[in-house]
Amino acid sequence: MSKGRFRTHDAQASPSGPPLESRRSFLGVLLGLGSFFVGALLSVPLIRFALFPLIRRTTELKSSSVGELSEFWSLTEPVMRTIQIEQVDGWRKAISEKAIYVTKNSQGQLRVLTSICPHLGCTVPWSKERNQFVCPCHGATYAADGTRVSGPSLRGMDALETSVQDGQLLVRFQYFRQLVPDKEVIG
Amino acid sequence: MRGNAFDNNGERSPAPRRESGVWVWLNHRTGLDDLLRTALDEPIPGGARFAYIFGSGLLFIFISQVITGIFLALYYVPSADHAHTTVAYITKAVTAGSFLRSLHAYGASAMVVVLFLHLSQTYIYGSYKGRRELLWLSGCVLFGLILAMAFTGYLLPWDQRAYFATAVGTNAISEVPGIGEYTKRLIRGGTEMGTLTISRFFVAHVFLIPAFIFALVASHILLFRKAGAAGPVNEHPYHPKQEAELFYPRQVLMDLSLTALLIAGLGLLCFLVPMPLGPPANPADAQYVPRPEWYYLPIFQWLKYWHGSVAIVGVLVIPTLLVLAILALPFLDRNVERRPWKRPVAMGAYAIVVFSLVNLGLRSEYLDRQDPGVARQLAKQKAEEDDYARKPFEPELSSVSLAAANVTLADPLAAKGKTIFEGHSCNACHGDGGVGTAAAPALVGIKAKFSPDQLAELFKHPTAKMNAGGMPPIDLPPDDLKALISYVESLK
Repeated sequence: MSKGRFRTHDAQASPSGPPLESRRSFLGVLLGLGSFFVGALLSVPLIRFALFPLIRRTTELKSSSVGELSEFWSLTEPVMRTIQIEQVDGWRKAISEKAIYVTKNSQGQLRVLTSICPHLGCTVPWSKERNQFVCPCHGATYAADGTRVSGPSLRGMDALETSVQDGQLLVRFQYFRQLVPDKEVIG
Repeated sequence: MRGNAFDNNGERSPAPRRESGVWVWLNHRTGLDDLLRTALDEPIPGGARFAYIFGSGLLFIFISQVITGIFLALYYVPSADHAHTTVAYITKAVTAGSFLRSLHAYGASAMVVVLFLHLSQTYIYGSYKGRRELLWLSGCVLFGLILAMAFTGYLLPWDQRAYFATAVGTNAISEVPGIGEYTKRLIRGGTEMGTLTISRFFVAHVFLIPAFIFALVASHILLFRKAGAAGPVNEHPYHPKQEAELFYPRQVLMDLSLTALLIAGLGLLCFLVPMPLGPPANPADAQYVPRPEWYYLPIFQWLKYWHGSVAIVGVLVIPTLLVLAILALPFLDRNVERRPWKRPVAMGAYAIVVFSLVNLGLRSEYLDRQDPGVARQLAKQKAEEDDYARKPFEPELSSVSLAAANVTLADPLAAKGKTIFEGHSCNACHGDGGVGTAAAPALVGIKAKFSPDQLAELFKHPTAKMNAGGMPPIDLPPDDLKALISYVESLK
């Protein structure tokens, strides 16, 4: 393509050059700024879309309902309950069941214990006769409120985070590291 | 002038001008200045006009489609199991997700509209004349590729609308005698629509067709610059004589006005009327009345008229002739006359084709409204879509929980075993459904390795290696042990 063929408006309208040229560069700056701001505006939804994991939780362990709070007021010994745990991972979720104990501490407040032995992870049954939790695997024993009594375990049974909503006792199920003296969440 | 601040050797010219240091530094290394000049100083015979704005409008929408498409892929999964859930997640859960998806979906419609205007302008202005055959051909191929993008993208949400429209669309291909059935199977990835269809459409939509579009857009622009802007209808196609105006600034401003209109229009539309997502595809739904997107309605209506032995005429012969005629246009029409009023045959043909397309589209709409059964069903489908749109996002139950849940239904003994498995926290180490964790191996498929008796023995007396790993001996009543073994053996 040969440009020489064309007589341009430019060449004709501004034989002196600079005034038109500076008008053009002023327009250029204006256009550049305009495009920048429109571009910035358009990228707002893109940024919000990509930063969604920073704005909301995308993975979540939902609190599970244990039952009506009133059920547990007259508790005299630990009761075992099976709870449904819902684990949300982006657009999918996994549901599993876990056994937990509802019990009371020395002040009469409700406590929810995981049934997993903090020694090596066996499920600890409640022994009515001995009024203790007795682990069938290695003989660790715990009091009704979960505190350690005897055996190889380095700590008492692990209490879970609880909350109350609309008269329902809710619990957040978690796993804890075994064979260590202090409670440590592992997921 | 910026470009003249340096001569070709990159040395400073005698008349220095005010230039920022960064610009000089960058320009020395990139030649950006020349590039910008080449892009902006394109001469337009007869001067800038609003008639010429559609090409850059298309480029703008295409870039917008690429960007929104890449972002949508952050959350989308192309499989029959997850496609709909992930699109629902984008629409209902992700921030700005409904807006971006709408922008991408409506962008496709906008593309077809602007494409039609661009093609019409080129045709009516006779801008395909004068050594512009390859420019015209590349444009035609791009037209086809854009329609293919619209077709393949439409399926990806895998809702009722998408599923059935694509089922009908791919069925139409099988009407082509001889190779039709094989082509349909190839496109679908099987005789029926399924997860392989999504994979194929996804690959075509995201990798294959865009690659061709990039290459063809580049050649289209290159060929356009080589041929030069055609100018107004009274300009000579080979030897332009009219006074030329440079692309920048007036034509740039006119082009940008269309871009601004598109941004405002699409933005407002996406904000006020977000693109609907219907309930997930249900292939068993025999009642569903499929309807394609509006730009495919004329073809949809056209195909209704051709059945039986004459089908080949309507499905293959006429469309092929039409496409060939369009492709061959610059070769057939060698007349240098560009003024539409002096080209009665070309304008007549254009009027007939456009009238037929509009008429077919409207006819399809009209028939749907006339038939009370169809109208009722379409209204019902719309209501189901609205209903689904109002529901909050529901995460998909993962297959692990599903497998575990299914056992409960299948076998009562295994179900009891599952309760024991979870009650004794076997899943704490072996994972839910025995999938295994860092702490202990998976139990799935263990049936192939150990008999029930061997398992019972291992449970009662774990090996030294198992003991060391933290596996305790299991002391259970015989019935419970049997149930547990039944459950562990059921794990797949």
